[in-house]
Amino acid sequence: MTPQLVIFFVLAALAVAGAISLIFQRHPIHSALSLIVVMVALAGLYLLMGAEFVAAVQIIVYGGAIMVLFVFVIMLLNAGAEERTSFSKLAGFAGVPLGMALTAFLAAAVARPAGAAQAPGNAAVLAPTRTISEMIFKDFVYPFELTSFLILVAIMGAIVLAARKGE
Amino acid sequence: MVPVNYYVVLSAVLFGLGVIAFVVKRNIISIFMSIELMLNAVNLAFVAFSQAMGKLDGQVFVLFVIVVAAAEAAVGLGIIILIARNRQSLNVERVDVLKL
Repeated sequence: MTPQLVIFFVLAALAVAGAISLIFQRHPIHSALSLIVVMVALAGLYLLMGAEFVAAVQIIVYGGAIMVLFVFVIMLLNAGAEERTSFSKLAGFAGVPLGMALTAFLAAAVARPAGAAQAPGNAAVLAPTRTISEMIFKDFVYPFELTSFLILVAIMGAIVLAARKGE
Repeated sequence: MVPVNYYVVLSAVLFGLGVIAFVVKRNIISIFMSIELMLNAVNLAFVAFSQAMGKLDGQVFVLFVIVVAAAEAAVGLGIIILIARNRQSLNVERVDVLKL
């Protein structure tokens, strides 16, 4: 076992444990904290793959901005523990087995062509952040400009939705 | 060097857990968080393939996915605040106006 493999398994176990904890916690704030564990573990995996910029963005935007927004809304709405209603019998009985079947199918489908896609992973040494920035501002400049427009629309939408009427 | 299959299988497992959480959870904020979990799983697959192929397109796509997720979180949480204000509940089973 190489050290990379050990780190991978530790981080993967952390991510899966966080995801399972997200399912089993009944209080939304505990689910949010579990999700933060998943995101930090994923950022560690990105670092392990040599994608430093994505790891930093993962921590700053996902672990920072988006999760702070979630925790803020949970506290703003004073969300208590999840009530256990069971209007939908189907979700409880069919949902978990179907979700597990989906996981198994996906994992089996991607695990089968083993090693074929294992190209030399030397992208990590090519100063990826510089290359990424060149790609964003040259090859992907129109999608990039569109995302700024998307963010503007999202900000306006959020303000319109959350504003109280008649003020 | 960790094989790319390991990353993709982990990504599939996280996505499946996200789907299960989406179906099982009753709190609308928790359901929204399971969507974020699925997006994270997809991002992991993107970065893993990008490293395996030695191309950086996948990482650029991850950045776009993160931007869209941020926009989605802003609008979605606005909708959640509106629902909580109008219905006095965060349980999705109580938001059933469209139900016959």
